Amino acid sequence: MDFLRPAGWEEALAAKAEHPTAVPIAGGTDIMVEINFDHRRPEYLLDLNRITELSEWEVGEESVRLGASVPYTRIMENLRTELPGLALASHTVASPQIRNRGGVGGNLGTASPAGDAHPALLAAGAEVEVESVRGTRLIPIDEFYTGVKRNALAPDELIRAVHIRKADGPQQYSKVGTRNAMVIAVCAFGIALHPETRTVRTGIGSAAPTPVRAEAAEEFLNAALAEGGFWDSGKIITPSIAKQFAELASGACNPIDDVRGTARYRRHAVGIMARRTLGWTWEQYRGSGRTLEGAA
Amino acid sequence: MRVNFTVNGRRQEADDVWEGESLLYVLRERLGLPGSKNACEQGECGSCTVRLDGVPVCSCLVAAGQVEGREVVTVEGLADFAKQRAEHSGHGGACATGACGGTSLQDARSWTAKGTDSQTGEGTELSPIQQAFIDAGAVQCGFCTPGLLVAADELLEHNASPTDADIREALSGNLCRCTGYEKILDAVRLAAARQGEAV
Amino acid sequence: MALNPRVAAVPAGTPTKVTQGSQTKGGIGESTLRPDGTLKVTGEFAYSSDMWHEDMLWGQTLRSTVAHAEIRSIDVSEAVAMPGVYAVLTYDDLPAEMKNYGLEIQDTPVLAHGKVRHHGEPVALVAADHPETARRAAARIRIDYAELPLITDEASATAPDAVLVHENRDDHHIGHVPHPNIVHRQPIVRGDVAEARKRADVIVEGEYVFGMQDQAFLGPESGLAVPAEDGGVDLYVATQWLHSDLRQIAPVLGLPAEKVRMTLSGVGGAFGGREDLSMQIHACLLALRTGKPVKIVYNRFESFFGHVHRHPAKLHYEHGATRDGKLTHLKCRIVLDGGAYASASPAVVGNAASLSVGPYVVDDVDIEAIALYSNNPPCGAMRGFGAVQACFAYEAQMDKLAAALGMDPVELRQLNAMEQGTIMPTGQPVDSPAPVAELLRRVKSRPLPPERQWEVAGGEADVRALPGGLSNTTHGEGVVRGVGYAVGIKNVGFSEGFDDYSTARVRMEVVGGEPVATVHTAMAEVGQGGVTVHAQIARTELGVTQVTIHPADTQVGSAGSTSASRQTYVTGGAVKNSCELVREKVLEIGRRKFGSYHPAWATAELLLEGGKVVTDGGEVLSDLVDVLEDEAVEVEAEWRHRPTEAFDLRTGQGNGHVQYSFAAHRAVVEVDTELGLVKVVELACAQDVGKALNPLSVVGQIQGGTTQGLGVAVMEEIIVDPKTAKVRNPSFTDYLIPTILDTPTIPVDVLELADEHAPYGLRGIGEAPTLSSTPAVLAAIRDATGLELNRTPVRPEHLTGT
Repeated sequence: MDFLRPAGWEEALAAKAEHPTAVPIAGGTDIMVEINFDHRRPEYLLDLNRITELSEWEVGEESVRLGASVPYTRIMENLRTELPGLALASHTVASPQIRNRGGVGGNLGTASPAGDAHPALLAAGAEVEVESVRGTRLIPIDEFYTGVKRNALAPDELIRAVHIRKADGPQQYSKVGTRNAMVIAVCAFGIALHPETRTVRTGIGSAAPTPVRAEAAEEFLNAALAEGGFWDSGKIITPSIAKQFAELASGACNPIDDVRGTARYRRHAVGIMARRTLGWTWEQYRGSGRTLEGAA
Repeated sequence: MRVNFTVNGRRQEADDVWEGESLLYVLRERLGLPGSKNACEQGECGSCTVRLDGVPVCSCLVAAGQVEGREVVTVEGLADFAKQRAEHSGHGGACATGACGGTSLQDARSWTAKGTDSQTGEGTELSPIQQAFIDAGAVQCGFCTPGLLVAADELLEHNASPTDADIREALSGNLCRCTGYEKILDAVRLAAARQGEAV
Repeated sequence: MALNPRVAAVPAGTPTKVTQGSQTKGGIGESTLRPDGTLKVTGEFAYSSDMWHEDMLWGQTLRSTVAHAEIRSIDVSEAVAMPGVYAVLTYDDLPAEMKNYGLEIQDTPVLAHGKVRHHGEPVALVAADHPETARRAAARIRIDYAELPLITDEASATAPDAVLVHENRDDHHIGHVPHPNIVHRQPIVRGDVAEARKRADVIVEGEYVFGMQDQAFLGPESGLAVPAEDGGVDLYVATQWLHSDLRQIAPVLGLPAEKVRMTLSGVGGAFGGREDLSMQIHACLLALRTGKPVKIVYNRFESFFGHVHRHPAKLHYEHGATRDGKLTHLKCRIVLDGGAYASASPAVVGNAASLSVGPYVVDDVDIEAIALYSNNPPCGAMRGFGAVQACFAYEAQMDKLAAALGMDPVELRQLNAMEQGTIMPTGQPVDSPAPVAELLRRVKSRPLPPERQWEVAGGEADVRALPGGLSNTTHGEGVVRGVGYAVGIKNVGFSEGFDDYSTARVRMEVVGGEPVATVHTAMAEVGQGGVTVHAQIARTELGVTQVTIHPADTQVGSAGSTSASRQTYVTGGAVKNSCELVREKVLEIGRRKFGSYHPAWATAELLLEGGKVVTDGGEVLSDLVDVLEDEAVEVEAEWRHRPTEAFDLRTGQGNGHVQYSFAAHRAVVEVDTELGLVKVVELACAQDVGKALNPLSVVGQIQGGTTQGLGVAVMEEIIVDPKTAKVRNPSFTDYLIPTILDTPTIPVDVLELADEHAPYGLRGIGEAPTLSSTPAVLAAIRDATGLELNRTPVRPEHLTGT
């Protein structure tokens, strides 16, 4: 095993080009577990800790350009207004110690369906900025996850940042685990209201081979809200709409039975979370000038 | 490979480090600092918690090579670290009004153990949180204690009067199997109350 | 911080004497603080995984990847050839005739011989100069397995054509078990169940399942073996019973016991999981083979295979009662899965059977408990063994019965509660206080915690106070509160005729102008605070302030195990006894020297207090310093509690237990009924401790035990795949234990009703709180949801029907 310590981003890209098998390590919260437990012995470890720009973010007009290594703790503390869904998701990540080290780049790089950030990114709308010596490209989040623990990165590419749309409406995030803290998701659900476009987007974690959006549920809800004039009236969403949205969200799952939970439970729980988080976000939307921050 | 970094204020150099080694391993097996504990090595227990450039992290999940040039504080250096903090920043941060939601000194003491006969390491200067862990009976087997101390000390550094919910959240990454956590809560309340009284 | 260069003749981290002194009295009954507290908060306390020795090697264990298979061949050639590898050992390298070990039955191979019987069984050992080298070498050992049919439950174990987990059994249980795949069977028959059943107005039945719990102590198995010049070995290790280890280790090494010198290193928790050997023999074998010190440290993954677990159990119960709530009879059958090796299974069976009725009066019983041999992971000791599984079932039954009778569940329990004088189903009278009804009264009379504590100003919800916690799953939706009660009974000490003794060596001398007592026992301090209590006893008995606790080792007689809630009773009793003998000798010296100066030396009851010899009237006769001068008084003596008897193998009758311990819990839970998530809001406990030698430590034990019971109620379970008998969740990612956010406030009400048979009237306390906490939480969840819930732990699937 070789330990590569690039001092800057260009050097890191060059190293990745030269050693496409190199495994990037930033927070280390995934890769070090695999090394400690003898599950993986990469040829090269590519340390990204010294590349300061990866731990920085810029708040733009439309979106936040979030460096791949910005720790979850920073997101919770500093980006609750711009990225409320992701801030809530960040708060559910593992433990305070892990949140101090881990960042969204790690979740995306590992692309585990259980990664906590994914549903929030899917719901908010995001693009992953990846770069290699060949150049930079932006991958829409909907095209990023390609299979179980697989993503759209080329072997020579590194994740530089994520461009996440700033919230234009309330966002929520829920995750089921069998412990009240420090737990891997049995399943998770993210929702974002986008009043500007009068659309709702969602994200589901740990209930399919990849993180997915509940597209049928979104389409149904978008149509129902438009038809009923809900965006203008701010009326309470009728229980039947909420129920159908929840059922369709359940239906978007393609889960498995494993030690953390049954497939049936995952489908069921995603439906409950979909109904509840829709209720919470809609309540926030109905009140004018109410905070966009999550409750946690 | 060789790794140079600062541990508890001292420059250290570790040689022949295998690239897959964790900071925890280097501290324990190469630098003679076994205070940080190896309970799970997967970031699920907090027993190996250290401060890395001031931030509490699981040292089992930091690759040794990543600490090059950085500063680490372990439980072995916690008393000095707390002392320097008190001297330099005058930190104590007590809430002037006494209405900050923390436990009052009187409340915190209502359960205090009588008799103070822990004489081992007499003359050892302890940080307030270390002393509070002993006094409150928060130590049983003690394996989780180093990580909890580092995490709790950091909590009190930025939140001098934590509520119980704050304490629980801040320590939710540190497992303890012996105590049922009640006496750990007592210890943090006691340290906070003493810290408030001292200012 | 000074950095030690760590050049050492003795290993770094070797335990040193711990001196405890005091300006205060610091005797029994006070909450004195731990003598090892400062070392533990500064990171200087040396745990077994902290040991270090110049030139030491790292040992690695290669374990089976399948549960039941014939080993056709083992090829170590590639591993041996690797640079940095010093030794590779398999069964063929074992040096002595004896190749097995075991607590009661020596059925466990040190290294697998021709066959593996469970997933994760040790097959080969490697010693190398770096742990990674050892891991890589172990990975290059080639083993050819031919898989065998699996025994995974009672049906497969006792099927007519069942494969035998152990062929050719010759242990002392084989004569009375109905099948060779049953380790031990204990029936208890008393009264006439058929007759009594006719008197029952109500009969309730239930089938209960208890999942496999792990001790999950935080300090993984570890230790250091150092070869000695005399051909022996010095072993520094974390264990619960040094002499039991020694008895099993020495024969396998082919060494006389005196050449295996054991010293207790810092122990990172135990809870039963260190009663069996883990890396002890392996490290010694590698050290003796290589001539170098060898350290073995399991990681968390290996730890799940490195120790036994709590027996999973299936329990079938039938209770009857008259209309007014009096129990008529009990029938039960308890099937415990002992896994591949016997470990503590026989004793677990004895406890399960003899305590299966719970702390209730039932005159007519028909009870059977068995433990299976299977290809599942070996199960053995864990806090409260046997009694824990039974308590879960009988307490569920009591609630079911109360519902059937339309009675209050606490009143039903109180109506049937045992008391001093009650006859156990074994025929043994309960001859010390048994305040079962009072304990229930105390937890019930406590005010309930306020409702909806998650509501904070501004209508927001503090998710930390809700089911799901930080995961933000509810802001109050679907949340229903429930309250449940349970009470339990646990035996204290080793039962069934076991010669359960301890040994203490106490020395008194003048050091630096002050009388000092030194207490030397082989008691394993695993966190429980035995060392604190020993110093307190010495102060009380010898009137000194300075007490030195000598490190525990095998240079002194056996202390017995740190288990069965027994150490304060038995080793505490031994320390008390040796102190009394020392006191007699000191007084003899005093009489010899000063007897002629004061008549009270001959006539009065004399005590040692405050460093002086005083009369019971308080008159000072002499300073201890003057009595002792430069003389040292030392006594080493064994001490025993009252003997017990074996249970009759057909009827289960016999005075099998020495003492009982009782605790009651009230659980208040809030359940998100839609998502099936549980928040335990409060878990109040009342326990009779006889006499609290150290009240702070007593409460700590009760809170810790309560939390382990909570864990197995709502999250903790080792999941074994029934198709492969392989463990599916050997990690702290998937074997979850409660965090501080899962643990509620645990108010504790301590009763002190003395047991006149025990030292100071004390009662063993460590296990009882682990019993009743689980059924109390389950009862509260049933109360909230209305579901039957016959298994623990409860998972979200069970609460949502998914």
